Parts: sequence; structure tokens; C-alpha cells
Amino acid sequence: MTIAAVQSKPAPAILPGSGGMRGAFSDLFWRRPQLLLLLMLLPPVLWLGIVYIGSLFALLLQSFFSIDEFSGLINREFTLKTYGDLFQAANLDIILRTVTMAALVTLAAAVVAFPIAYYAARYARGRWKALFYLGVMLPLWSSYLVKIYAWKLILAKEGILTWLLAKLNLLWLLDGWLSLPIVGGNSLSVSFTGTFIVFVYVWLPFMILPVQAALERVPGNLVEASSDLGASPGQTFRNVLFPLALPGIVAGSIFTFSLTLGDYIIPQIIGTSRLFIGQAVYSQQGTAGNIPLAAAFTVVPIVIMGFYLWGAKRMGAFDAL
Amino acid sequence: MRSDRGQSAPLRLKIAAACGLLFLHLPILLIFVYAFTTEEKSFVWPPPGLTTQWFAVTWNRPDVWEALSLSIRVAAISTAIALVLGTLCAAAVSQTRFFGRETISLLVILPIALPGIITGIALRSAFALADIPFSFWTIVLGHATFCVVVVYNNAVARFRRTSGSMIEASMDLGADGFQTFRHVVLPNIATALLAGGMLAFALSFDEVIVTTFTAGQQQTVPIWMLEELIRPRQRPVTNVVAMVVVLVTLLPILLAYYLTRDGDQIAGSGK
Repeated sequence: MTIAAVQSKPAPAILPGSGGMRGAFSDLFWRRPQLLLLLMLLPPVLWLGIVYIGSLFALLLQSFFSIDEFSGLINREFTLKTYGDLFQAANLDIILRTVTMAALVTLAAAVVAFPIAYYAARYARGRWKALFYLGVMLPLWSSYLVKIYAWKLILAKEGILTWLLAKLNLLWLLDGWLSLPIVGGNSLSVSFTGTFIVFVYVWLPFMILPVQAALERVPGNLVEASSDLGASPGQTFRNVLFPLALPGIVAGSIFTFSLTLGDYIIPQIIGTSRLFIGQAVYSQQGTAGNIPLAAAFTVVPIVIMGFYLWGAKRMGAFDAL
Repeated sequence: MRSDRGQSAPLRLKIAAACGLLFLHLPILLIFVYAFTTEEKSFVWPPPGLTTQWFAVTWNRPDVWEALSLSIRVAAISTAIALVLGTLCAAAVSQTRFFGRETISLLVILPIALPGIITGIALRSAFALADIPFSFWTIVLGHATFCVVVVYNNAVARFRRTSGSMIEASMDLGADGFQTFRHVVLPNIATALLAGGMLAFALSFDEVIVTTFTAGQQQTVPIWMLEELIRPRQRPVTNVVAMVVVLVTLLPILLAYYLTRDGDQIAGSGK
């Protein structure tokens, strides 16, 4: 090829243009980025919109139907009667029990999570930091049912906890606790105490992560300044650390609270025969065939979480997520 | 250098943190011991003897294999769907600004933010209204919906760290859109997608609450376990399956961690 020939042609691109259909589409997307954006968004939005939002609306719609008490058939006319049924004493009891449990679980998870999160955020460095991270992440991602099963093994009457307490000569303590009303029972695996422990265990990692994220942002010299100014460790915790960690705790509590409100498997496997919201939903839609009431029951956690999220947002919890 | 480096923690804090971590890990370790116990009828501790015979018994149980095969097929298909949808969504949200962008990210996160029982019963009542019979695909439909979010989270984090000027440079050098995607974008996000895919697989493999509403009579591994927990048939077999499940979910999580650990945003945070 002569120099003249090269000069007469336009400079070639590094990669040859592909031309044809592909090239045409490529050019089109470059000139009309909106079109590309639309094409990218369409599949996920259609999927989530139809499958998920569509199903949620179907559920919401059914909560306004009612069930005919004699025939057991669903009456497809708009009514608020099903929501009225929620306020029967038995159903209010279920809601109150679930909310109390969720609140207690959240508190306990915060107390147990704080030292782990604080140590990981302030003292763990390098290899230890990675170890702490995996130490929280592995239980978080371990199988949910296996974790519950492990606690069934631990809390069983013949299980490891009874054995351990017997070795320590502390069996009287367990028996005393189990003879208490409400929290007690035949064994820990059929008591509210058992349900409570398993809830705390299963949701604990969800609390540790956001609290740790919030504590990472507290500069260490703030704590030092506080003790230089004469505060005791307790005062430093109350007046400096705790307020700064609070958004993280609230962020974690969103998970622990919401997950406890909706769970139906833990109280079914480890707990008493008294129902939680999740179990009520499950039995209403399954054996009782009362889908409208089940649908109305699911609206309760949605509404509670709505208020909760609104409050959390005002406390700045979303920045800590 | 920050002044708080060399300090060591107060003893009380050390003990509290160590106890917390033990509380998180001991129950899972216990599963490994129980898989070898000779006791068949109860959960007695300490195990009266150790044996490996239950591994052979479990190996020869067709129902366990069927559940495992169904779980793996569901997880594989759901992960594939979630990879496509999650990547598309992440690319759109992170590369451009448009009206309703916040709504899209909320839409993706919602299936995992609301309690599983709501997703489950919503899907079931929708299937009932539309007269769709339960099948393999009804399970996949539910799983893919909540798996999108883990792929999305990982891909968004990676897109944020990938500079947009690389794409422009590729175009300037004459690559068309498809070539740019194939040679520039994809290699950059590949490990994030792999990590997201692993997590989506683990999430789907372990999911039980939504599945109970969308499976009908079919049994995935978690449904099989739930059945055994409520109406125990052969406890030692359950012990062995529990141990295998722990191992099967452990590997993808560790892999996902090593694939994304250099980044500021790491894979698993926030299930």
C-alpha cells in the first residue's frame, strides 16, 4: 500500500465498525440513550411490577372481601367487616403478643449486639477485623431452618443446656424459671422463653451490622476527650457513644422488629400453642380457608412497619444502613 | 495516624464481645456433632456414641435426593433470572439520572424488606385469583423476585466504583455499544455479578417461608427439613441433612466474600 493510498482513505478505527443490524442498534442507542434506558428498565420493572406489586394488590383487594360464615365461601363484595374481625379479643391478643415479643427481641438484640459491634468497630484491626466480619456474616447467611433446629437440640429437655446446668448444679434455677407463669412451660423448647432466645439468635446479625457501621463513624478521640474531661466510662457511654450509635440501633431494629412480626416458623417449632401474627395468617389461609382475614392480618405488620419506618427516618436511621 | 490504634480493649468489653460471638457460633457447631450421634429417638447430650452409618442411610434416601435436586434446579433458574434483571436494573439506576429512580430502587428492595409471609401469601392469593396451578415455575417466580435485590446491591456497588469515562474511551476508540459491553463493562462487573449470583443461589437454596406458599405438594430441601421438624420421622437423617445444608450454604458465602472483599461495599451485608 502506498502512502498516497493511505492518505486518500479516512483514518481507520482501531476496531472495525461492525455494521449491519448490530451496528445500527448500537448507533441508535448512542443517539437515543433514553431508548436504551427504557429497554434496560422494562424487564425488571415489568417482572417486579406484575409479579410482586400485582400480587400485593391482589392480597390487599381480598382483605376487603368477607367470608360467609355458614357456607365458608368467599363473598366478593366490598366490606370492612373483615377488618372489624381483627378487633375481636382473640385476634387483638395475637397482635399484642407479637408486638410485645418483637419489642423485647429488639431490645435484647441491641444489648447483645453492642459489645460485638463496638469491639469490631474500634479495636479490631486487619486480620481480626476480617474475622469479626466473617464471624457475623456466616451465621447471618447460614440456613435459617438449621439454626432453629440447632436450638431445638439445645433447648430440649434432654439437651445440652439441661446437661450443662446439671453439671453446674444450677438446675434449680431452670426449674424455677420454667415454673413461672407466661414465660415458663414444660421445657424451654415449648415456652415463650425459648421462642424469645431463638428470635434473638436468628436476627442478631441484622442488628450487629448497622450498629457497627454507625460506630465506625465515631472518631476515637471523641471518647478520649470525654474521659479527659472527667467522665466515667459509664457516663461516656450514656452521653457520647450511645447517642451517636442510636441511628444504627434504630436501623438494626427495623430488621429485628419487622422479621419478628412476620415470622411464623420459629414460634411453631419452638414455643407454646398460643399464636403469633404469622401463624394466624398461615392457619387462616390454610386450614380455615379464610383468605380475607389472613389478608387483613398481613396488613397489620405492614401498617406497624410503615409507622416504624416513618419514625426511623425522622431519627436519621437510613443514613446508617 | 489516629490516636486510638495501639490501645487494647477493656476486659469487660472483650468478654462481652467474645460471649456474643460464641453465642452466634456454638449452636451451628453443635449440628456437626449431632450428625454423628448413635442416638435415634431423642436429642440427648452428650451423644451416647459416634457413628457414620447415618451418612450411608441418608445417601440411600430417594426423598432427600429429590428435594436436593428440586432445590438446586430452582436456585439455578432463579439465580439466572435474578442476574439478568438485577444487572439491568443496576446499570440503569447507576449510569443515568431519571425521574422515578428512587422508586425503582425501593421496588427492588421491597420484596426483601417486607416479611416473607406477606410476599408468600400475596403470591399465593394471586395464583389462586388467576387460576395458576402450583408447579416448578411458581416456586421460581417467588424466588427470582427476592433474589433480584442481592444481585442488584452487588452490581450497583461495583458500577459506582467503575468510572464512566472508560465506557466513553472505548466508544472513542471505535467500539460499538455491544463491543463496549462485552470487552469493557462485563470484565469490570464480572466478579460482582459472580458474588451476587452466589448469594442469590444461597438465598434461594435456603428460602422456606415464601416457598411454603408457592410449592404446593413439591418438596425443596428447606420444606423437607420443616416437615421433619414438625413431624419427625428419622431424626439422625435430619441431623445429617442439616450438616450438609450448613456446608452447602457456607461455600458460596465464603467465595462471595473473597470475590468482593477489596471493595468498600461487601457482598453479604444486609441479607
